[in-house]
Amino acid sequence: MRWIPSQISRNGVTAIFQTESTLTSGAIDQTHASPVVHCRDIRKEFDSITAVAGLSFDIQPRTCFGLLGPNGAGKTTTLRMLLGQSPRSGGVLEVFGHDINHGQRAIRQRTGIVPQADNLDPDFTVRENLSIYGSYFRLDPTVMDERIPRLLDMVELAPRADDRISTLSGGMKRRLTLARALINDPQLLVLDEPTTGLDPQAKHMIWSLIHQMKRAGKTVLLTTHYMEEAERLCDELIVIDEGSLLAQGSPPELIEKYCESDVLEIRGEVEQVQIDSLPEAWRTEQAGDSLYLYANDAQGLGQFSQNLTDMVCLHRRSGLEDVFLRLTGRALRG
Amino acid sequence: MSTFAPPRLRLESLAVWRRNALVWRRLMTASLLMHFGEPFLYLLGIGYGLGRFVGELDGMSYFTFLASGFIAWSAMNVASMESMWSVYTRMVPQQTYEAILATPAEVDDIVFGELLWCGTKSLLSGTAILAVAAILGAVSDWTALLAIPVIFLTGVSFAAPGLIVTAYARGYEYFYFYMTLIMTPMFIMCGVFYPVSSLPGPIQSVVQLLPLTHAVEIIRPIVVGQPITDLGLHLAALGVFGLVTTWIATVLFRRRLIQ
Repeated sequence: MRWIPSQISRNGVTAIFQTESTLTSGAIDQTHASPVVHCRDIRKEFDSITAVAGLSFDIQPRTCFGLLGPNGAGKTTTLRMLLGQSPRSGGVLEVFGHDINHGQRAIRQRTGIVPQADNLDPDFTVRENLSIYGSYFRLDPTVMDERIPRLLDMVELAPRADDRISTLSGGMKRRLTLARALINDPQLLVLDEPTTGLDPQAKHMIWSLIHQMKRAGKTVLLTTHYMEEAERLCDELIVIDEGSLLAQGSPPELIEKYCESDVLEIRGEVEQVQIDSLPEAWRTEQAGDSLYLYANDAQGLGQFSQNLTDMVCLHRRSGLEDVFLRLTGRALRG
Repeated sequence: MSTFAPPRLRLESLAVWRRNALVWRRLMTASLLMHFGEPFLYLLGIGYGLGRFVGELDGMSYFTFLASGFIAWSAMNVASMESMWSVYTRMVPQQTYEAILATPAEVDDIVFGELLWCGTKSLLSGTAILAVAAILGAVSDWTALLAIPVIFLTGVSFAAPGLIVTAYARGYEYFYFYMTLIMTPMFIMCGVFYPVSSLPGPIQSVVQLLPLTHAVEIIRPIVVGQPITDLGLHLAALGVFGLVTTWIATVLFRRRLIQ
């Protein structure tokens, strides 16, 4: 278990949702349960631009599924199609077994969405933001009276319940958006870059809340371009770029498949490194003033670094970030 | 669902209406001051001031003539402002609709919720002017209260074309075109300040086609206590105008919000 900030789990969110969520009752064999999201060759074209060029994947219940890709890869468009907010140009797309074109309202009734950009209602207080949002689901006021205080406790905003949105920090707003997405006790939680722009404390708090959601039996769909986030949270992920699938698997599988075990990161006068003299099995990549040496040879890399006296060297295990950079290239994206 | 399908009225639209009503309640004092204060000053200034020179018009004092016309104009004006500036604010800077569309509520619910809300604001403003007119002695009978549903209908009918403009708008400056080219001519020509019959013939026939003319033709006699001529025609004109523009606004909002 990774580090979780103190206090967050004190209210036991698991208990809240176990009693309310239908999906969590009873043990579900993941391999035989029907997927929460099922898509085959979905495509999206805007006029002449192809935003999504045929994606296929399934999201199994009670897992966290990551959708990774550089800016402009088609992540948000894919999410919007999944939520019925953007009609697909082609392919099969089912959520909870409903075709998205016909079952949109039924799907959204069971889905919670944390959008990338803050769209809390600035005219209302923290508490009112939850109750107004609940009214769009036509939730019973007695259900909301009982649910709202627990959600506010869970995201540690109870003391701010009557404050206006403009007085909240970025991290608080994001926590409130997460609480808002839970007002209908969703089975599927969709998070579009949930930690972008947050400081480390706020980021860890959001991660811990997502872990709690998973433990409470919810299916989580997450887009991110933070690889640390994907490694911590995702059971399975896909990497997309230019609307197409580049790779799919669990984080360890992807690292194993696309990357050598170790990497030596060298910064400084990297032109002086004799690349020609390196063993053939080593792979090199250069980005900015950094040189990356990849190899399944931790000892070799370690010895090599000792000879580079006037450069900064960092020897580490390969991670998802290395996979991501290898798959999507190092060019900057707009 | 096809983009061009007829709009569907559902209960979720009331949640959208309620959201706006709750925001309004917070700003109620300023809003009521504006609704009562402005017509009070206008009516006193123009109605009494100018009225002294005009005398009687169509069998009523100029003050009464103007007050009853102002009620119809205000229903148009308030609904148009709300359906342009406020709706745009909710749609673009605040992204309120994007949040709503993540719930089971749909574009049609947003359109109907906003239309009902614009009608409600028109009703508040029109009723305020009616009250001011009554206090200043321009209203003789309680039957003037029958104007209230017509004020609401006028507001809803004018909110829909406002939504059409908003569906195309890329910024607040778009609304000045509509205000200057559509609303101001109606304000001046549709019988608020003087009878349409005093306009030159060809212009009269154009003005007869404008929706504000019909609103004035219903509201004025009700407020003043005169018999209404062609009530069915005027109601039908307002209603059809409202229904057609509502359909168009819904289609355009579907295209704007669901891409």
